[in-house]
Amino acid sequence: MGINTLNRSLWVFHVNTGSCNGCDIEIVAALTPRYDVERFGIKLVGTPRHADVLLVTGAVTRQMKDKLLRVYEQTPDPKVVMVIGNCGATGGVFYESYNLVGPVDRLIPVDVFVPGCPPRPEAIIEGVVKAWKKLEELEAAGKRKKKRAKEAKE
Amino acid sequence: MSNSFELCVGPIHPALKEPIQLDFEVEGERVKNVSFKLGQVHRAIEWAGMRRNPIQILYLAERICGICNVCHPMAFSMALEKIAEIEVPKRAEYIRVINAELERIHSHILWAGVAAHELGFDSVMHYTWRVREKVLDIIEMLNGNRITKGVFMIGGVRRDVKKEHIPKIRQALQYYRDCYAKLEKIFLKDASIKARTRDIGVLSKKEALKLCAVGPTARASGVKKDIRVDFAYAAYPWLDIKPVTPEIAGLKARGDTFDRILVRLLEVKQSIDLIEQCLNDLPAGPILAEPVLQKLLVQLKGVEGESIALQEAPRGELIHYLKMAAQDSPYAWKVRAPTYANLPPLIPMLSGCEIADIPIVAASIDPCISCTNRVVQIDNDDSILSMDKLRELSVQKTNKILREVKK
Repeated sequence: MGINTLNRSLWVFHVNTGSCNGCDIEIVAALTPRYDVERFGIKLVGTPRHADVLLVTGAVTRQMKDKLLRVYEQTPDPKVVMVIGNCGATGGVFYESYNLVGPVDRLIPVDVFVPGCPPRPEAIIEGVVKAWKKLEELEAAGKRKKKRAKEAKE
Repeated sequence: MSNSFELCVGPIHPALKEPIQLDFEVEGERVKNVSFKLGQVHRAIEWAGMRRNPIQILYLAERICGICNVCHPMAFSMALEKIAEIEVPKRAEYIRVINAELERIHSHILWAGVAAHELGFDSVMHYTWRVREKVLDIIEMLNGNRITKGVFMIGGVRRDVKKEHIPKIRQALQYYRDCYAKLEKIFLKDASIKARTRDIGVLSKKEALKLCAVGPTARASGVKKDIRVDFAYAAYPWLDIKPVTPEIAGLKARGDTFDRILVRLLEVKQSIDLIEQCLNDLPAGPILAEPVLQKLLVQLKGVEGESIALQEAPRGELIHYLKMAAQDSPYAWKVRAPTYANLPPLIPMLSGCEIADIPIVAASIDPCISCTNRVVQIDNDDSILSMDKLRELSVQKTNKILREVKK
């Protein structure tokens, strides 16, 4: 699939910004034995400070806007943002609602969209693979930058 | 000087799957008081519903909650069928019950996994979620999707239970009967689960009645109430069903977390029996009262009146209020989800318990926040009415009506 080995496991933090639970339970389904992404070292973590990937579900409601921005800022670089489900991508069925400030890409940069209402766990896993590739690119770019800075110093 | 301090949990927190803010007043390890801040998941669904036609609303109602996405469209279509006086074919009523009970199995097993996770029993969580995949396979076979099903239509259902489906459903039911013994052994016999849940988060029968708890939360406290029995709808009048309380297992209802686990597990067993009964007496016939949707829409456009539909969702009593005024879209649509009624009982449950018990006690009512958030307070201004002001307005209105009646 074009993945070189990342030198660590992929850790994921999940933010619910006003989702209906549909995507959230499919994310957990992807982690549990039938689909079992934990065998690749992918796991949910308790704080964004430990995470490489931010999973965002739900069309962002007014109350969750600043919380989402804070979580995004707390996640260390390099990071990848994944939006799971139609709501986060376009607003979905709630597109006209007065209480939405989303979709997510209006607030934070998004790298991977996984459409579906809710997407199947297989689709979520495919999204994670894409996120993984992106993360490797970011990591390689970071290393090159560091190397150049070191050379310039010498 | 008071020794208590405040502890805020949420809206984003690893123990909470959905955004809700809980503010605790704690003294040492003991919780003194609790309050909630809701409204983080308010997506203005009712408001959007008043701008769409009934068939579009079914799609919207399904997205009120991803876990109870059978009961919302079902309650909505029941309310509209009452207004429009549409008679649902008997076969459709049975298929509705099959779908509702499959949802109950999936929801309760999912909850058992979440409860195990909150207790720190992750191996059990993984086991229950693996067991749950079987019912999702059946749902996918019947309706074409794992979570949101799109199976309901006003006046019936959209997808039939075909002859070749029945043996597969029976096989899945047998699978659950086999798994049930293991789940029962894990949840009801395990010493550490018993130690963490027995006499923790107690809701007495008196308080359950006073605070209007619903569903498994009320039944675990010994309140025999179940909409499927009390206000039987769909095919439930023809089925053999009675409210599940801990007394069925020969135990006295104590209203603690253990009883709530017990009631939910017994309800899984009950759902298996109900589906079996439905499959045995599934009548032949059409599944839709009006198969041509354009015709149905025209018919619904002209209806006037209001109605209330009651439902026993996996979490308890669900109410949909609907008013039609001979327009395309409803004049009013109001949803009262079970968790809304189950949040006040959480206050006596959590008061007095230890901080470490908060996750399991809070999870024991099976909160579904996305169902609950129907109103939100956006700005603090004078247009917000206090309790006293509301009471004053109601007294004024009552007096006005009384005067009109006397005339």
